[in-house]
Amino acid sequence: MSKEDNAKKGWRDIPIGGLITESGNAEKYHTGSWRIKRPLWSREKCIQCLFCWAYCPDLAIEVEDGLVIGVDYAHCKGCGICANQCPAQALEMISEDKSDVNDDKAEVDHEKKTE
Amino acid sequence: MSEQIALTGNEALALAMKQINPDVVAAYPITPQTEVVQLFSQFVADGVVDTEFVTVESEHSAMSATVGASAGGARAMTATSANGLALMWEIVYIAASTRLPIVMPVVNRALSGPINIHCDHSDAMGARDSGWLQLFGENAQAAYDNVIQALRIAEHRDVMLPVMVNMDGFIISHAVENIKPLADQDIRDFIGEYQPAYSLLDPDQTTTYGPLDLQDFYFEHKRQQVDGLEHALEVVLDIGREFYQLTGRDYGYFEKYRLDDAEIALIGLASTMGTAREAVNNLRKEGIKAGLINLRLFRPFPVQALREALQDIKVLGVMDRADTFSLNGGPLFGEIRNTLFDFGNKLKIVNYIYGLGGRDINLSDLEGIFRQLLEVKENGKVKQLVNYYGVRE
Amino acid sequence: MVKLKDLTKNKGLLSGGHRLCQGCGASVIVHQALQVVENPVVIAVATGCLEVSTTIYPFTAWRTSFIHNAFENAASTLSGVETAYRSLKKQGKLAADYNFIAFGGDGGTYDIGFQALSGAMERGHRLLYICYDNGAYMNTGIQRSSATPWGANTTTSPVGKVIPGKKQYRKELTEIIAAHNVPYVAQASPYHWKDFSRKVKKALEVAGPSFINVLSVCPRGWRTAENKGMEITKIAVETNVWPLYEIEDGEYHITYKPKKARPVIEWLKPQGRFKHLFAEANTGMVEQIQQHVNRRWQKLLKLSGQAQ
Repeated sequence: MSKEDNAKKGWRDIPIGGLITESGNAEKYHTGSWRIKRPLWSREKCIQCLFCWAYCPDLAIEVEDGLVIGVDYAHCKGCGICANQCPAQALEMISEDKSDVNDDKAEVDHEKKTE
Repeated sequence: MSEQIALTGNEALALAMKQINPDVVAAYPITPQTEVVQLFSQFVADGVVDTEFVTVESEHSAMSATVGASAGGARAMTATSANGLALMWEIVYIAASTRLPIVMPVVNRALSGPINIHCDHSDAMGARDSGWLQLFGENAQAAYDNVIQALRIAEHRDVMLPVMVNMDGFIISHAVENIKPLADQDIRDFIGEYQPAYSLLDPDQTTTYGPLDLQDFYFEHKRQQVDGLEHALEVVLDIGREFYQLTGRDYGYFEKYRLDDAEIALIGLASTMGTAREAVNNLRKEGIKAGLINLRLFRPFPVQALREALQDIKVLGVMDRADTFSLNGGPLFGEIRNTLFDFGNKLKIVNYIYGLGGRDINLSDLEGIFRQLLEVKENGKVKQLVNYYGVRE
Repeated sequence: MVKLKDLTKNKGLLSGGHRLCQGCGASVIVHQALQVVENPVVIAVATGCLEVSTTIYPFTAWRTSFIHNAFENAASTLSGVETAYRSLKKQGKLAADYNFIAFGGDGGTYDIGFQALSGAMERGHRLLYICYDNGAYMNTGIQRSSATPWGANTTTSPVGKVIPGKKQYRKELTEIIAAHNVPYVAQASPYHWKDFSRKVKKALEVAGPSFINVLSVCPRGWRTAENKGMEITKIAVETNVWPLYEIEDGEYHITYKPKKARPVIEWLKPQGRFKHLFAEANTGMVEQIQQHVNRRWQKLLKLSGQAQ
């Protein structure tokens, strides 16, 4: 048993039957670290067709009032479908290594927004 | 309290289900349980129950749909036998681990193969490690009474586990007995309105059932199941007492028959114990101090109570209507030896595996077994630990 | 007319943070399907990639009632929930109106869950079963199923020295379900999101069982690039490999007809699982696939009253 397991709740303190009562809490699990490339979204080029939102496997295209406002880097795994399907080249895949965006900062920002 | 009426075991089970009036029943026909499904279908067709009946295409789907219905906040039941239970197997475990209070009568029949439709306990014994509670009963009255009590036990918040109510195929299922059913209103009051702890059909609390549970939590969930079974030991007695007040019929972990001053005793399950009671009476007439334990609760196994009940017995015969093929005795035998291992008394134990595939066992057989126990008591030696009783050499 | 802007108004019922592979088609399908659901919904999912990746305890990506029971019984499990719903409604114990949707991969639907699905369809439960068909047992490592296309290389229909991949054509499950006389059956693709959304809406409106078979890209199993998933899904439709149609009360309608069908080679070429078809030793296999696709398309035209 690892240290991590010790820190987890014991059998008396979790719901019976393996039930998960906090729906959608997978949001707290960040899959953004899987990425080797990230999509950069350009507000200027975006024509708001929303195809990226419809085709994103990670539910990582952020939309407000029917308009794309950015990418949720906490969950985006970097598959690149959005960039591949964008008819306006408003999404560009760039290597995480070459990214000039501070990764940590992006994730922290995202968390702030969702809290 | 209703008058005494003549019913077959299957009719008694169907009557209990009708009076319980579950929200959902999903079941598939299989000999010797078929009559239960037919009778219940007629209740549905006649509109005398509120139940929605799912005529599933297999027992696997019977248990799957029952799990779905129970997770959907319904009081849900099914019933089966033998190969039907075997086909359900995977989902039988899932019903218990998901903590769904399903009640399932099992009309016991030998498992194939070769295929055989008659009574033994290989079906129920195969499911003994599935996490279900298992109740056995000697006759139709016991099966009827057990189904009613099983509902309360299963749904008890400290238990929240499914219960299998076993009844011997053909010997009980197809034989007519006088039974005293409860009045509909008495049953309604006894079982009460079902209030699920969780439900898929609760718009205010959406819940995920059946997640992938890996190394970090699976073990904790298994430990919780054990906790439910520990509580069940108390709940079975509490519900039994309540039922006694209602009916005058006494149910605990087991029935002790002329055991107090007994030196030799048999322990076993179901209809054979009725015959064994008569054997005890006959031997007592000869001055032989014979007694009997008619075990009702097989899962969880009432260890402490059995240790106390057996403390003055010199020789115990353990009757198993199923084998484990371990070459180390039947399933009940294993439990009993395990129970008594640290007990420190000089009790001698002999195992009789009998009645497989519906092979008859009669009064003189059981008297003969008692006489063998008497011989062990007198010469202090067990000649053969595990005996296949009634098989042709 | 379904508009994406309108669909974004619903709070998605699947959250991010699920652990499906990069570029997986399954979550795209679930996302699109659930955006058109207006009632509370109970989801049942068969064991498979979608299930294991979305509910790793103590996390769940489902913002709705969800049940996973086992591999082969999503349909029978959900038929139990739907029956509980009818019973509780009838007795006045439940006020809300619910929808019921099951998701299963092709293994859990075409193969091991086929009996339970057939039973649920025949019994007439008001539930929608959506198969995300990626053409193999991807969760266990790309083993062939009865949905795997002819010639495909999988780990149990491997390309060897004497056998060039899978030797059987895929089972036409959409037509088999239609033979159950259920009110609504369709075949769809997530690339064609408008067509798919409309089909889900229709399916939820019928007073009985419905089934939609949806092509789901698997970059691992198909050996395609992660970012090409929607592109290749589109090509499947444009080559008539995966025609889009629906069967309403037994009537076939083709819902999208390519202006001019593209050759199947365009579908086969980008996929590593078909790479061996282009080896010299296997000359003729591509043509055989083309002939099969043509026959299937002609049959579909005939069924929809458009025979040429």
